[in-house]
Amino acid sequence: MRLELGEILISDVQFGDVCKVENGILYVSKEEISALVLEDEHIKSVEIDLAKPGEEVRITPVKDVIQPRVKVEGKGGIFPGVISEVETVGEGRTHVLQGAAVVTCGKIVGFQEGIIDMTGPGAEYTPFSKLNNVVMVIEPVEGLKQHDYERAARMAGLKTAAFLGELARDLTPDKIDVYETKPLFEQANEYPDLPKVGYVYMLQTQGLLHDTYVYGVDAKKIVPTVLYPTEIMDGAILSGNCVSACDKNTTYHHLNNPIIKSLYAQHGKEINFMGVIITNENVYLADKHRSSNWTAKFTKYLGLDGAIVSQEGFGNPDTDLIMNCKKIEAEGVKTVIVTDEYAGRDGSSQSLADADPAANAVVTGGNANQLIVLPPMKKVIGMLDYTDKIAGGFAGSLRPDGSIEAEIQVITGATNELGFNKLTAQTF
Amino acid sequence: MSKFKVVHYINQFFAGIGGEEKADIKPELREGVVGPGMALQGALGEDVEIVATIICGDSYFNENLEEAQKEVLAMVEKHNPDLFIAGPAFNAGRYGTACGTIAKAVQNNLGIKSVTAMYIENPGVDMYRKDLFIVETGNSAAAMRKAVPAIAKLALKLINNETIGGPSEEGYIERGVRVNYFADKIGAERAVDMLVKKLKGEEFKTEYPMPVFDNVEPGKAIVDLSKAKIALVTSGGIVPKGNPDKIESSSASKYGKYDIDGVMDLTEATYETAHGGYDPVYANEDSDRVLPVDVLRDLEKEGAIGELHRYFYTTTGNGTSVKNSRAFADEFAQELLADGVDAVILTST
Repeated sequence: MRLELGEILISDVQFGDVCKVENGILYVSKEEISALVLEDEHIKSVEIDLAKPGEEVRITPVKDVIQPRVKVEGKGGIFPGVISEVETVGEGRTHVLQGAAVVTCGKIVGFQEGIIDMTGPGAEYTPFSKLNNVVMVIEPVEGLKQHDYERAARMAGLKTAAFLGELARDLTPDKIDVYETKPLFEQANEYPDLPKVGYVYMLQTQGLLHDTYVYGVDAKKIVPTVLYPTEIMDGAILSGNCVSACDKNTTYHHLNNPIIKSLYAQHGKEINFMGVIITNENVYLADKHRSSNWTAKFTKYLGLDGAIVSQEGFGNPDTDLIMNCKKIEAEGVKTVIVTDEYAGRDGSSQSLADADPAANAVVTGGNANQLIVLPPMKKVIGMLDYTDKIAGGFAGSLRPDGSIEAEIQVITGATNELGFNKLTAQTF
Repeated sequence: MSKFKVVHYINQFFAGIGGEEKADIKPELREGVVGPGMALQGALGEDVEIVATIICGDSYFNENLEEAQKEVLAMVEKHNPDLFIAGPAFNAGRYGTACGTIAKAVQNNLGIKSVTAMYIENPGVDMYRKDLFIVETGNSAAAMRKAVPAIAKLALKLINNETIGGPSEEGYIERGVRVNYFADKIGAERAVDMLVKKLKGEEFKTEYPMPVFDNVEPGKAIVDLSKAKIALVTSGGIVPKGNPDKIESSSASKYGKYDIDGVMDLTEATYETAHGGYDPVYANEDSDRVLPVDVLRDLEKEGAIGELHRYFYTTTGNGTSVKNSRAFADEFAQELLADGVDAVILTST
């Protein structure tokens, strides 16, 4: 599959009468977006606001971040199986509003939403402080249970991102990157002297609001399978989960998976990038065994010499990560695993819930328990009343002056396990 | 400006009093520098003064731990220094443990920053590396010339409240504390670089060396369940409605102990979960789903178990560090034993 990814660079976002993109500025019509979101009978109201880099703005409780994209050539449409019909994507051309994002907010669970600060120390920890964000605070109708609220908020975000992405259809990209992975034997023969490398992509599927969707299928219900890397760039994998903000993969992270990009950067130079094996993180032991057996089987079946394994979440999925690593290494395939740490606020506890000597090459996104003080912001989009209860907060986290003392766990994307950030940790 | 004050601790040997035959001498306080303190004073410079030196025999210290600590602490307190330096102890085992013990006590009891120095294989290292800055030295007093400037460098940073960098940069022995920092490259690029090196058989450095895990041996089976007192303990966050002790939804710093005397069933009106790691709807509707009080009451009535213990213990397992968890259990396991509990049902989520 060969995909051209055309980026339209967005340098600003403003309100306008109609949604449009002109000279790198994204104009957003509140009326158009509201009408789209309120089509859903589960949603009582939506408040639309804008947040730009450097502004004294705090966005919270953040559920998901989504990049507007549109498919302009090739089969299918963006977010297949959910927004577009269920067609196999990953070929042709896709346009991206680079520098813009849709941010969905709502007190869905209360514990598991995050904070994005657009300036100050918190902004250093989240990649979304660098984007021009269209923020939607979504209120459910009375009595709606959390999982229905989650679905409504998820769909509202995806619909809006697809709607804004559509604005890029006829624009001329500022930059075009080409990504290509060939059918297995062809790909193996293209660089016969380079080590064959794959990517084992673990998806959060602990259930009860910890879900990820693949072509519309709840990934709890899949067995591991193989994807072309470019399918993911067209929205084959979508976030539907409410886990700790710091290490959940938002839809934006999936669309821009940096491991896939970094593997492509070395494709044909140091490695031969063969493809992606997706797997899940189910809570039942039999599922963990089956899925890790299958990822290991696939690495062998695809003739890989090496694989990068990435995790989502922490605690229970640490066991899936270690099982995958151990079994893949046992097949003679060399691994690097990407995770993050919960080493306690003083950093002196062990970082993962599981360990194995086979995991001798680890990349970490840092210790999520590290404390940070987020100074008060002039404007809050969303609400703060849940702050003490958020995962990573504690009684007294929200101070009277509006500042927040909490673990970096509360910051959306802070310790991302796809290696999205520069943050890491070392032993002192 | 007055000078920063340092109190220095050494043993009988380095004080020039004698070797093994003098190892039983009691703590003694002398004004100014003694033995290696002279070189240390030189390296610390003019803004810092070693105001006193405490000398103690290694045998005396280790054989009279409590008494010796009390005496030395009183001497340190008298001078109220800005920093306490013990050693260097090189590879002298009893001297090393004495340095570590007293430096930790000064730090914890008096709130005065402390530093010590030893050889990596000194038993004092494993005992105190987590608590203290231990400057790494050679294995004998011949390494004094190198040890002194290394201690002085770290000491000055501590005195001046400067940020202390990593172990290799500052010369101390790794303490096992994870510290965040921003690297030059994003994690994904670091991962690909690491994999390329691993595939080529080149040297690479993992960012997180795997720890060795404890194994807990399962308890012995209960012979007669109908006479057993069973307790419920959970990391599922079940608490009385309103979470009276404000147990955190994640990274818990505490646990709760709650009386369920006469409670036959956990209802939506009386109990809920504080846990931030799962959809709380079903646990809030009926907390017995996580902490099965109702079923245990049935079993109690049927005579299948002796009795349900009148207290349950609870915390949230979500992101809570192993160190905290271990500390909670160390505490309440003693209470469970004292209360004659025969077995615990530990529920998680």
